[in-house]
Amino acid sequence: MRTLRRWIERPEGRALFALLFILVIGCVFNAHDAFFRWGTHRDMLRQVSVYGILACGMTLVIVTGGIDLSVGSVLGLCAVVFAQLSLRRGLPAPVAVPAVLAVGAAAGLASGAAVARYRIQPFIATLAMMVFARGLAKWLSGGEKVSRAVQQPDGSFSYVDLPGAFERLDAKVWGGNVAVVTLVFLGCVALSWVVLTRLRYGRYLYATGGNEEAARLSGVPVRRAKLLAYGMSGVFGAVAGICQAAQEQQGDPEAGVSYELTAIAIAVIGGNSLAGGRGGIGLTLLGAMTIGYLEKILSINAVAESSRLMLTGAIILAAVLLQRRRIE
Amino acid sequence: MPEKLLQLSDIGKRFGANRVLESVSFDLYAGEVHVLAGENGAGKTTLIRILAGIHPEHEGTIELGGRTVRFRNPIEASRHGISVIHQELSLVESMSVADNICLGREPARAGGLLLDRRAQLERAGELCARLGLSFTREDLGRRAEQFPLSVKNRIEIAKALAGDARIIVMDEPTSALNHEEVERLFALIDHLKARGCGIVYITHKMEEIYRVADRITVLRDGRRVGTAAAADCPPPTLIRWMIGRDLAEQFAPRAGPAATGVRAPRLVVSRFTVPSPGPGRPPAVRDLSVAVRAGEIVGFAGLQGAGCSELFNGLFGAYGAVCGGRVEIDGEPVRPESPGASIRRGLAFLTGDRKNTGLVLGMSVERNVSLSSLPRVSPGGVLSPGLERSLAEHYVGALGIRLESVDQETGALSGGNQQKVALAKWLATRPRVLLLEEPTRGVDVGAKHEIYGLLRGLAAEGLAILLISTEMPELLGLCDRVVALHRGRVMGVFDRSEATPERVLAAAMGADVPQGN
Ligand SMILES: Nc1ncnc2c1ncn2[C@@H]1O[C@H](COP(=O)(O)OP(=O)(O)OP(=O)(O)O)[C@@H](O)[C@H]1O
Ligand SMILES: [Mg+2]
Repeated sequence: MRTLRRWIERPEGRALFALLFILVIGCVFNAHDAFFRWGTHRDMLRQVSVYGILACGMTLVIVTGGIDLSVGSVLGLCAVVFAQLSLRRGLPAPVAVPAVLAVGAAAGLASGAAVARYRIQPFIATLAMMVFARGLAKWLSGGEKVSRAVQQPDGSFSYVDLPGAFERLDAKVWGGNVAVVTLVFLGCVALSWVVLTRLRYGRYLYATGGNEEAARLSGVPVRRAKLLAYGMSGVFGAVAGICQAAQEQQGDPEAGVSYELTAIAIAVIGGNSLAGGRGGIGLTLLGAMTIGYLEKILSINAVAESSRLMLTGAIILAAVLLQRRRIE
Repeated sequence: MPEKLLQLSDIGKRFGANRVLESVSFDLYAGEVHVLAGENGAGKTTLIRILAGIHPEHEGTIELGGRTVRFRNPIEASRHGISVIHQELSLVESMSVADNICLGREPARAGGLLLDRRAQLERAGELCARLGLSFTREDLGRRAEQFPLSVKNRIEIAKALAGDARIIVMDEPTSALNHEEVERLFALIDHLKARGCGIVYITHKMEEIYRVADRITVLRDGRRVGTAAAADCPPPTLIRWMIGRDLAEQFAPRAGPAATGVRAPRLVVSRFTVPSPGPGRPPAVRDLSVAVRAGEIVGFAGLQGAGCSELFNGLFGAYGAVCGGRVEIDGEPVRPESPGASIRRGLAFLTGDRKNTGLVLGMSVERNVSLSSLPRVSPGGVLSPGLERSLAEHYVGALGIRLESVDQETGALSGGNQQKVALAKWLATRPRVLLLEEPTRGVDVGAKHEIYGLLRGLAAEGLAILLISTEMPELLGLCDRVVALHRGRVMGVFDRSEATPERVLAAAMGADVPQGN
């Protein structure tokens, strides 16, 4: 009992509690026994992966006390660039992937510079990047989806071959039991975990979010810490964009609209505080699973879209209330 | 027999598994000052936070004027005429001074719908004037964050006096005030006593206790050790009650100059200038020159706005590379440009405001202690948990910080222990030059004694220490030389033998004093 209390007092414990709660609901409302089949869980993990990748970057930024609204647009931009490079130009993956990651990093660093160097509020700086990157995606693609179908001068369509990278990313491994994008997501979680808990710079992120002025006077390179957070968020946006392009087999300039909101929801449902200075990637992982299962349960029970949205909203609020630190 | 205002009986409080108060009783009569004393972490602040309705869950009862009450929140306590000056200031930094002072009891017009701005400004202005803050209407409209700590401290006091509270609790109200400001507060306290208010007063400054106290209650480890009239409780008794043993002299006698020898200058500052804080104002520090030898402790005395704090900030590079003049450390010219660069050169700067500029309160004690020494505990950029833990535990032990574990959140420590964490962070950088602004703010007598010993020891090892303090005994007892600043200029330099409170104060007030050397 005592240990249970101690667990519930820790944010990880509460995030786990929220997840278990959703799982219980899943076992109760278990249409066609779907919840007892591994495939359901595998699909949940696959479907939440792209959001989860974005949430990793979001977590780094939230820890510094900021927010990144541009991740959905960066995803769209990078999906378009990836499709153009590898689908249309036929560049091999080892060239195309780093190029796309560089695009994402550039977008993130631009927001980061606006926040760190020019002291623009993160909400506003990344809102600007959100609009700009979406525009850039549309301009690069001419507003069309960059797909396998290429229109010939005579008006007919020809189809280019799908590059191997697309197929490999959209595949499932280990006897079809795990999707590759899920592994990519877990890789991003692991990378963020290393940054936040093992590296000196991770500590700088927490200190910056906890008390920026005290951190600065303690010799913490506050600006570089912020650049790192937004830069990595941009890179994760690019990774998500590549995965999304592979899953859709095209680069859609409209891809990722409103994904930033899901990424934020994942981070806060896990118990990260938007005030900054605390939280961690483990919480985000738990938050991603909670959101993923929620969506899955609602869909296997064929809940209508309207009720689904209302329920999701209510549950986000309930989870955050549960997460709230007891203030004394 | 005066009227009994307050009776706390058998108050107990736990935080998790940590028992902080155990069956404490305390009473207060109209027209008296009841001092609450005790070591850092004894539970003083917790007791008065219970009285203020901040911790509604507690054991024991609160009686006001004979009626038992139970507060669920601070608003209820304030409706019952209890007003608190909190140890950690509770101003809304982004609101104006006047709004802060009248917060929660805004004068209203039109049946309570409209804020009566004029009445509010008048009320706030009058209260500030009593505390020696000559604020214009414009100043009253400025945001609280624009003022230095000592001014904010007085704004907080004005806020507590804005209501018509009968019971006024002051939790270390003078920790950021200088001599003159403290005198004004005491005059105000006399006035309140005459009006029939009861005052609970918490402080670690012995001379203050005997200035204001009618009665004294001492807490130790969450229990009440005793209550006595101030006259029946001379300092040795009081100290024994507080720390459970006798204390030798506060300032240990130092080794004479023959033993230490004259060492090379460590920090040489010549014609140092810090630009003005705002347009149209004179520079904060003008053409200041001072040399500090290895092993020397040099004190800086000055009133609000004299430039002491600005000098330290400037030397440390907290303002960036905007200061003029020459700075040399161990003969090597340096240019203050950023805190990070200064730390690498061996400078350390303990700021005077631990809550806003000293600590990351949401982080653990361990992480605060190591924050400025991270490169040393993270070889190749990778944190080493073992190195970090041993660094933190070493300094927690050296400074006698009271805590359950170094993983505890720093904000959950008592005020004095937080102060020691801030000091530990800077000692952990193993500096060559140590800039200290109010190093013992909120620290109890016993711990002060230890810290003075520690600083002396560090100086003997060759550190150069520069110190700002509003506490005259600290300045005169600890320092080899005292420099008095007035409006950014040096008004007098006093050797240890010639420094007296009167001479230092006179120089700090701007009187011309013949220079010592
Ligand atoms: N919110 C909290 N959560 C957990 N522990 C707390 C909290 N507030 C105080 N404590 C603990 O209660 C004990 C008493 O603290 P308190 O602040 O009352 O001491 P104090 O007598 O005011 O000391 P100081 O002179 O340093 O201000 C300390 O050990 C502190 O760690
Ligand atoms: Mg206290």
